[in-house]
Amino acid sequence: MTPPLLAVRDLRVRFATEGGVVKAVDGVSFDVERGRTLGIVGESGSGKSVTNLTLLGLHNPARTTIEGSAVLDGTELVGAPERTLRDLRGQRVSMVFQDPLTALSPYFTVGAQIVETYRRHTGAGRREAKARAVEMLDRVGIPQPERRAREYPHQFSGGMRQRAMIAMALVCDPDLLIADEPTTALDVTVQAQILDLLAELQEQLGTAIILVTHDLGVVADVADDVLVMYAGRAVEFGPVAEVLDTPRHPYTRGLLASVPRLSDALDRPLQPVPGSPPSLLDPPSGCAFHPRCAHAVDGPEAPCRTVLPLLTRAQAASGGSGHAAACHLEAAPGTAAPTDLQGATP
Amino acid sequence: MNATSLDKSEPPLLRVSGLTKHFPTSRSLLGRRAGAVRAVDGIDLTVGAGQSLGLVGESGCGKSTTGRLITRLLEPGAGTIEYRGRDITHASRRQLAPIRAQIQMIFQDPYSSLNPRQTIGTILRAPLDVNDIDPPGGRDRRIEELLATVGLNPEHRNRFPHEFSGGQRQRIGIARALAAGPSLIVADEPVSALDVSIQAQVINLLEELRRDLGIAFVFIAHDLAVVRHFCDRVVVMYLGRVVESADRESLYERAHHPYTQALLSAVPGATGPDGTRLERIRLSGDVPSPIDPPSGCRFRTRCHKAQDVCAMVEPPLTAVAGGPGHEVACHFPEPVKVGSAKIPAPAAPAQPSRTS
Ligand SMILES: Nc1ncnc2c1ncn2[C@@H]1O[C@H](COP(=O)(O)OP(=O)(O)OP(=O)(O)O)[C@@H](O)[C@H]1O
Ligand SMILES: Nc1ncnc2c1ncn2[C@@H]1O[C@H](COP(=O)(O)OP(=O)(O)O)[C@@H](O)[C@H]1O
Ligand code: SF4
Ligand code: SF4
Ligand SMILES: [Mg+2]
Ligand SMILES: [Mg+2]
Repeated sequence: MTPPLLAVRDLRVRFATEGGVVKAVDGVSFDVERGRTLGIVGESGSGKSVTNLTLLGLHNPARTTIEGSAVLDGTELVGAPERTLRDLRGQRVSMVFQDPLTALSPYFTVGAQIVETYRRHTGAGRREAKARAVEMLDRVGIPQPERRAREYPHQFSGGMRQRAMIAMALVCDPDLLIADEPTTALDVTVQAQILDLLAELQEQLGTAIILVTHDLGVVADVADDVLVMYAGRAVEFGPVAEVLDTPRHPYTRGLLASVPRLSDALDRPLQPVPGSPPSLLDPPSGCAFHPRCAHAVDGPEAPCRTVLPLLTRAQAASGGSGHAAACHLEAAPGTAAPTDLQGATP
Repeated sequence: MNATSLDKSEPPLLRVSGLTKHFPTSRSLLGRRAGAVRAVDGIDLTVGAGQSLGLVGESGCGKSTTGRLITRLLEPGAGTIEYRGRDITHASRRQLAPIRAQIQMIFQDPYSSLNPRQTIGTILRAPLDVNDIDPPGGRDRRIEELLATVGLNPEHRNRFPHEFSGGQRQRIGIARALAAGPSLIVADEPVSALDVSIQAQVINLLEELRRDLGIAFVFIAHDLAVVRHFCDRVVVMYLGRVVESADRESLYERAHHPYTQALLSAVPGATGPDGTRLERIRLSGDVPSPIDPPSGCRFRTRCHKAQDVCAMVEPPLTAVAGGPGHEVACHFPEPVKVGSAKIPAPAAPAQPSRTS
C-alpha cells in the first residue's frame, strides 16, 4: 500500500492569548489520499482553519505552539524551516479562501498575479508564464481570458474572483489544494458552479483536495472522505457515504438530525443539538461534547466527564473501511455497564 | 394550510402591491449618466394572520429592501402597503405609532444588531417604553417573561450582549421583537449567521412563537430547505421582481420557473429520488446588475430556455395549474420536480434515554 499524500498525526496547535492558552487544535489525525477529496466539517471555532493554516506554515511562530506531525509526500511540515515551507506553498500545496479579495492584491491585474506565482515557483519566462495564466483562466471558465487577465480583481464578480483564485492556486499543478469555505460567500447557484469546477479540475489534474465547509450537503456532493471536528478534535472520520449513512458519533448524528433538507417529510420536526459550542479557553473535561450529549454517561466519575475518548476504528461491522469515531460508547460497542468503559481508554 | 382560506370580506394582515424602491446611484463617474439601483421593482405580496411567507432569491435581489419597506424602515418609492386594510405606505411617524408595535423585525447579524453598551434588560425595555406599553404585572415582569419565552435565564437581564453566544444573541433579538406583542415579524435571514447546530434551535423557537402566539412571518432566507420547513407560502425573487409565488407544496413539487428550478437543483446534496445525482440545471454567470437589468425577462441572460420573445416582452405573473395561487412569470412555464437531498434522514429520533 502506498502511503497517503498527506498524513497528519496528533496535531496540536495552541495560541497564547490575553485570556489564556487557546487549544485551537488538540490532537487531530487524518490522511488525505492522492487525487481524493477530504471534507472537513465542524462549527465555527472548531479548528478547521487553524489545522489548514498549520499545514501551510502560516501561523505567527511567536504566539503559536505546534506539536505532532504532518507528512506531505515524505516531507515533515511541522517544524520545517520557513524556506522549505515557502517553496512548498503555491507549488505542492496551495490554498483558496472564503474571501478571494483578501488573497488577491487590488494593485495588480489578475493576470499579473498568476504570472508572478507561476514564475516564482517555476522560473519560467515572462511570455511562457503569461500564456500559462491565460490558459488557466480559460480552464476555470472565465470568458475572454486574454482580456480578463488584464483586469483588476475589483472588476470581477464574486464568482469570477473565486474562479481566478482557483486558477492561481492550480497554476503550478500542486498535489494538494486546500479550499477553506470556498463557496460560503457565494450564492447557491454560483456555489454549484464552483463545486462542479473543482470536481472537474480534480478529474483532469489529479489534485487532492481538502475542502473545509460547515455544509453537510456540500460534503455529500463533493467529498470522498470526511473529518468531523469538534472543539479542536476529530470526533469522526471515514468514507463520506458511511459517515453520513451510519454516523457513529453523537455529535455527527446530532448535526444530521438538526439540518432541514428538501427530502424531509413536510412536518419532520428539527432536532437541534442542545446547548452551544464550548469555549476553547476552558473546554469541558473528558469528552468535550459531554455537556451537549444526550448519550453522555452521568455522574462525576463517569468516563464521558473524565476520560478523553480516542478516535477508534469500529470492529468487524465496517469491514476495515477506516470509519472511526471518538466516543466511549463506540470504543466498546454493546458492552456492559458504563464503569467498564473507563479502562478501555488509556 | 390556511393560505387559501382567507376570508375574502376581511382584509389580509398584510397586502403589498406594486411595491417599488429605487436607490439613486449618486456618483456618475466619467460622465456616465446617473441611474438607479432598482432594488425592488413592483412586487405584490399577501400575508394572512398567522401565516409564514418565505422570501427567497440570490443576494441583491431585493429581499432585505422589501423587508425594510414593509417595516417602514425605508420609505417606499411607489406602490402600496396595507396593514389590516389600512394604507400605511406613506404614514407619518405619528400615524404609524399605533401600528409600529405590531410589525417587528429580526435581523441577520446578532452581533451588530444589539447595542453593546446596553444591558439585555435595557434593550428589552426600549420597545415597551417607545410603544407606551404597560403590561399587567409591570415592565420588569414582562422582561423576565420574554427572556423565559426565548429560552434564556431571566437573571441574564443585567448582562451585556458580548457575554452571550451568537445563538443566544439571536434569542435576545427575538425577545426584543416580541416585547411589543407583534402580529407580524419580518425575519431577515435570522439563522444564516448561526452555526449549523444552533440554527435548528432558533427555527424551532420561531415555530413555537408562530404556533402559540399566532404571529405571522415574512421569512427572508436563501436556504431553500429551511424555507420549506418553516413557510407555508414561498415567493421567489430575481432582480427586484417576483418570478414565482406558490404554496409550499406546489413550489417544491412543481416549480415552474427555470430560475426556481435552478435554485432547487443547486441546493448542495440534491439528488434524484433513487439517490443518483440529478441532471442539474446549471446557470452560467452571475446575477446582472440591478442598475441596468436585461430587457424583457430579467432572467433571460442566464436562462437555458430563453427565446427571442424573452428579450422583448416581460412575462407577467400568471396563474398556472399547480396549487392554489401558484403564479409564474415566464413565457414557457413547465413543472419540474427537482430531486431530494442526498443526506439520508436520521434513522431514529436522536432522543435516546440517558444512561444514568
Ligand atoms: N491567531 C490566533 N490567536 C488566537 N486564537 C486563535 C487564532 N486563530 C484562531 N484562533 C482560535 O482558534 C479556534 C479555532 O479557529 P478556526 O479559525 O480554526 O475555527 P474554524 O473552525 O475554522 O471557524 P470558522 O468556521 O469560524 O472559520 C477559535 O477559537 C479561534 O478563536
Ligand atoms: N441604501 C442603499 N443604497 C444603494 N443601493 C442599495 C441600498 N440598499 C440596498 N441597495 C442595493 O439594492 C439591491 C438589493 O439589496 P438588498 O435588498 O439588500 O438585497 P438582498 O436580497 O441581498 O437582501 C442591491 O443591489 C443593493 O446593493
Ligand atoms: S464520549 Fe460520552 S459524551 Fe462524548 S460523545 Fe460519546 S457518549 Fe457523548
Ligand atoms: S421568460 Fe424566457 S428567459 Fe424568462 S424564464 Fe421564461 S423562458 Fe427563461
Ligand atoms: Mg474558518
Ligand atoms: Mg439581505
